[in-house]
Amino acid sequence: MDTYNETVLMPGKSDMFKRGLAAGSPIVLGYIPIALTYGVLAYQSGLSLFELTFMSVAVFAGAAQFLGVSMVAAGVTAAEIIIAVFVLNFRHFVMSLSFVNQMKGHERKKQLPLTFLLTDETFAISSIYKKEAKEAHAFWFYGGIMLAAYSSWVVGSLVGGLLGNVMPSALSDSMGIALYAMFIGLLIPSFKNSFAVMVIAVAAMGINTIAQWAGLTSGWAIVAGTILGGFAGIFVLPEEEEGEE
Amino acid sequence: MILWAIAGMSIVTLLPRIVPVFIMDRLNLPNWGRRWLAAIPYAALGALIVPGIFTVIEGKPWIGLAGGAAAVVTAWLRAPIMVSVLIAIITVLLLNGI
Repeated sequence: MDTYNETVLMPGKSDMFKRGLAAGSPIVLGYIPIALTYGVLAYQSGLSLFELTFMSVAVFAGAAQFLGVSMVAAGVTAAEIIIAVFVLNFRHFVMSLSFVNQMKGHERKKQLPLTFLLTDETFAISSIYKKEAKEAHAFWFYGGIMLAAYSSWVVGSLVGGLLGNVMPSALSDSMGIALYAMFIGLLIPSFKNSFAVMVIAVAAMGINTIAQWAGLTSGWAIVAGTILGGFAGIFVLPEEEEGEE
Repeated sequence: MILWAIAGMSIVTLLPRIVPVFIMDRLNLPNWGRRWLAAIPYAALGALIVPGIFTVIEGKPWIGLAGGAAAVVTAWLRAPIMVSVLIAIITVLLLNGI
C-alpha cells in the first residue's frame, strides 16, 4: 500500500468505521420499508419467522428474496428457485470485479468478507466513496457501509415477520423512491465533474430499457446495461482512470 | 425443503460476489480493461435507476419521475444524499396521496 498514509494523519479504525456507518445511512432508510414488506410477505407465504430471517441472513439480496418467497408460495421446485436467483444476482459479479479492483492493494482476507455483503446499494455507495480505498483502514470504512445495510435488512425482515404491517402502505409505497433517490444522489455530483460519466450512465439506462423492452428479464437487462454501458467508458474516460474527483 | 432452497439461494448469490476476489490479480487487465472497470459504477447506477424508477408507484410512472426529478435538483444543489432521499420520499408521498 501507499506509504504516505503512515506519515500523514491516518484516521483510526473506529473513525473509519463510523464514517462508513454514516455513509451507509441512506441505505438503511431505503432498506427498512422493503425489509418490513419482505418479512410480512414471507410470513404470509408460509415461511416461519426463523426461515424468513435466515433467508435475509444467508442471502441478503432484496429482489432475489421476494422472488424466492413468491416461488415458494407458488409451489415451485427448489432447483427452479435457485436457478432464477442465480440469474437475477449475476450482476453482482460485474460489480464485485469493479469493487475488488478498487480494493487492489488490500489483502484478500479483507476483500473477501466485504464482497460477501455486496449488493446493488452497498456497491453503489462504496464505489462512489473511492478515495477511502487508498486509506490503510479502508476495510473498516467499507465494513461500516456493509454492516449498516446488512443489519437493517436482517432486523427489518424479522420485525416485518414478527409484527406484520407496522408501516402504513401509503408510506412504505412512497419510500420505494428512497433507493432510486440515493442512486441519483450518488450519480449527479459525478455528472457535474465529468461529461464522460454522464455518457456512461445514459448509455446504460438506454441499454437496460431497450433490453427489458425486448423481453429480457430485469436481471439480465441490468447485466447488459452495466457491461455494455461500461464499454462506453473505454472510449470516453480519460487515460488516467479513477481520475475524476 | 424451504431450508434447502434457502441454502441453494445463498450459494448462488454468494458465488458471483466472491469469485472476483480470487481471479482479479490473475486477470492482468490491459489499460482499456481497467477503464472499463472504472466505468462500471456509473453504468450500474444508470441501469439501476432507469427504467426501475418509473415503477415506484405501479401504473403511475410520472410519480417516480417527479420523485427522481426532486432528487436530481437537490443533488445538483449539493445537498447531502440523505436530504435528496427525504425530499424524494416527501414528493412521492404528496403526489401519491392526492
